[in-house]
Amino acid sequence: MKTSQRAAGATANYVDERTGAAKWLKKNLTKVFPDHWSFMLGEVALYSFIILLLTGTFLTFWFDPSQREVIYNGSYMPLSGLHMSAAYDSTLRLSFDVRGGLLMRQIHHWSALIFMSAIVAHLFRVFFTGAFRKPREFNWLIGVGLLTFGIVEGFLGYSLPDDLLSGTGIRIAEAILQAIPVVGSYLSFFAFGGAFPGTAFIPRIFIVHVLLLPGLFLALITIHLMLVWYQKHTQYPGPGRTEKNVVGYPLMPVYMAKAGGFFFVVFGVTAFLGAVASINPIWLVGPYTPGQISAGSQPDWYMGWLDGLVRAAPPIETHAFGHTISWNILIPGLILPGILFTGMALYPFIESWFTGDKREHHLLDRPRNAPNRTALGVTSIVFILITIVNGGNDIIATHFHLTINGIMWFTRIGLFVIPPIAFVITKRVCLSLQRSDRDLVLHGRETGRLVMMPNGEMVEVHEPISDAKKWTLTQHQRPEALPAPLPESATVGLKGKLRARMNRAHATQIPAPTLTDLKELGEGHH
Amino acid sequence: MSNQIERFEDPGLPAHIHRNADSDPLAAKRAERQVAILFLLSAVGTVLTIVSYIYVKSDRYVYLPIMGSTNLQQILLGLGLTASTLFIGLGAIQWAKKLMPDQEEIAERHEFRSEEVDRNDLVATFRERAESTGLGRRSLIKRSLGVSLGLVGLSPLLLLRDTGPLPKKFFTTTDWAAGTRLLLDPAGTPIKASDLEVGAVAQVLPELPAGTERTLENTGKDAVLLIRLRPEDFNLDAQRLSWTHEGIIAFSKICTHMGCAVALYEQQTHHLLCPCHQSTFDVTRAAKVIFGPAARPLPQLAITVDADGYLVAVQPFTVPIGPSFWERNSSNG
Ligand code: HEM
Ligand code: FES
Repeated sequence: MKTSQRAAGATANYVDERTGAAKWLKKNLTKVFPDHWSFMLGEVALYSFIILLLTGTFLTFWFDPSQREVIYNGSYMPLSGLHMSAAYDSTLRLSFDVRGGLLMRQIHHWSALIFMSAIVAHLFRVFFTGAFRKPREFNWLIGVGLLTFGIVEGFLGYSLPDDLLSGTGIRIAEAILQAIPVVGSYLSFFAFGGAFPGTAFIPRIFIVHVLLLPGLFLALITIHLMLVWYQKHTQYPGPGRTEKNVVGYPLMPVYMAKAGGFFFVVFGVTAFLGAVASINPIWLVGPYTPGQISAGSQPDWYMGWLDGLVRAAPPIETHAFGHTISWNILIPGLILPGILFTGMALYPFIESWFTGDKREHHLLDRPRNAPNRTALGVTSIVFILITIVNGGNDIIATHFHLTINGIMWFTRIGLFVIPPIAFVITKRVCLSLQRSDRDLVLHGRETGRLVMMPNGEMVEVHEPISDAKKWTLTQHQRPEALPAPLPESATVGLKGKLRARMNRAHATQIPAPTLTDLKELGEGHH
Repeated sequence: MSNQIERFEDPGLPAHIHRNADSDPLAAKRAERQVAILFLLSAVGTVLTIVSYIYVKSDRYVYLPIMGSTNLQQILLGLGLTASTLFIGLGAIQWAKKLMPDQEEIAERHEFRSEEVDRNDLVATFRERAESTGLGRRSLIKRSLGVSLGLVGLSPLLLLRDTGPLPKKFFTTTDWAAGTRLLLDPAGTPIKASDLEVGAVAQVLPELPAGTERTLENTGKDAVLLIRLRPEDFNLDAQRLSWTHEGIIAFSKICTHMGCAVALYEQQTHHLLCPCHQSTFDVTRAAKVIFGPAARPLPQLAITVDADGYLVAVQPFTVPIGPSFWERNSSNG
């Protein structure tokens, strides 16, 4: 035995005698992970989080989270001699006087954008494939939590440098606090340690940004991954894949190499963006002062939808009994987001309520085979997209020569009209995709080759598809995969009627072809 | 045939397709070399990082297409870091794809629900243990524990009280008072009506009592915008007209929507625009909201001139400036 091998053996022995880890590892080294590009979205989120931890820690070594006033004397000449907060001063220092500092700032900001994009894309994947169904509801809730806290974390992050843009964002956050009925002005004073902007806010959000929320992320991500590990990954339907098994590559070596490699790829791509693509050039806008503003102020994209909602709100306030309630802030800023996120969190429970389906699901749905759910997902995406468009209405107006007024009315009306249309269209598209699946199974694939029939008619040759493909396209309607109809007793009363209605809508399907259909067709035709 | 419906059957896992490298030693060797080259490229990236950190001057800028003037050291460090990480990743993935076993494996799942006996056992044990505490019988303990648990959360809440002072009159007052001079921001000099041409805009702050230092908190409430129009352009009632001086009108610069600085003035239309959510105010009609989410006009500051001809405030703002809050009495604007 080589020395290195002997040393490794001795270490393993040492650890195992104290932890009994060998038994667990033996089982898990060969754990199977299904392979699909869409399963990498969650990985991207995880890896960007690690990149955020690494680059963020680097930034903390120089960043000074203080609103103490200093005079700038660093190497960026245009701001020389200006009064500014130590936070802004130190961010300038990071950008111009620390080797690699600008790079790290830019990697940090880019990975924040990638982190949020990956979380959202991952959430879509989970939603559209029904991966949130029993037994994975806990992980859905954790995911919604990560998304929510991610938005907050990102906002706090770009509020830290205390440039004119970030100060404006904080000012708006203060106005939301201030608008909360009864306690608003107190909450604002407590949060800011007195009047806005004060000197307490940036030190406070700093500790939330670098300690509290990252700690919470770590805890949530750990539970998330432990559940994935324990419950085993879902898989797409296909030959050999059942509700009772999981098909894929073993952790050691293939998955380890691929996932480990993928981490470095994500790091490399983010580093490349940080190297070549300038992001948040805070020196261009100058230090924050409440009396000034830079035109075209835009938040990061994951806040854009909120901004768009706020911009679309009609100017409504209630003035009564010596009090003021700002519906123009409360509805788009707190109430609507609250409803959206609560609805999202509860969706798995709502769906299982109206389908009456309490079984475990490990095979994913192809989105077209759940037309109602897919339509609901597209509806929400369309809703959010409209708000994001409105969040950039000033920029869009100047680029496309539209009026801001026009875009805002488009948004105000469109938010109510377009999502329902998107629902109907999506559902139809799903059903026609199901129909074309059916045709594919029954009539085979079009080959593009034409042959002439004895009677002179030209027909296209169809080629039967493989048995594997036939199975993939029809397996979702195995009798044991369809939920049982709701019991009669569950559909009485208003709630029961609603449940029955949703149940029926959800069950709309084009019947999948069977072998019998195929055989009958054969007998009839040829 | 019977009338029973026949369904498609699961044909099972497809047969494994061999790769070149599985059977051809030459192809395997080639794959090995590819992987090695990728790993070595990463090492080159690290060398580039080190060299640019030590030897490239931090203040050297180069002109690059699309990117424009770019700090040479930052971009070299970035490209070095990119290469050093990306190629490790690509190497590992190539290795896994070409050389590691690519046979898919099957593992069984198990149902998560515990066996009935275990569940029953758990319930029984839990009942029995709970019973042994006597919590059900000893209602005094139950209630008092309820009270103390209900209250214990109050202490941390109470301790947060000192995170800030109470707002008192902060939201309803500013530093403007009768006779306060308007000082140009940032110059800090008093201003005469003649300093402002028709169509011009100026930002002013109140002169503070000697010895008081201006803070951002003051500016956040006190910032005022002066705009000079031709007097005939105004469309104001008599009182508001009397608050202007020779066509100069003064408004709080703090948006009544969410507090951004209302900074964009359109000379032709006499509109003030807030860049945050595009609330638009008509200067000729006392900053009435004509577009956007703001629900109230910008408060107008009554101005006149003092004995030396400098612009001064006639009185404080008559309504609180800035965004709304619960205690705001909005019955007169
Ligand atoms: C999910 C996690 C995180 C997100 C989404 C996030 C996001 C951001 C964003 C968008 C910025 C503004 C960067 C800029 O353009 O200047 C920022 C700044 C900052 N972040 Fe994070 N961050 C995260 C985690 C962390 C962690 C874990 C740390 C430290 C341990 C950290 C430390 C910092 C520091 C010190 C700054 C201010 C320095 C600067 O702005 O240059 N961040 N963060
Ligand atoms: S803050 Fe001015 S429009 Fe919102």
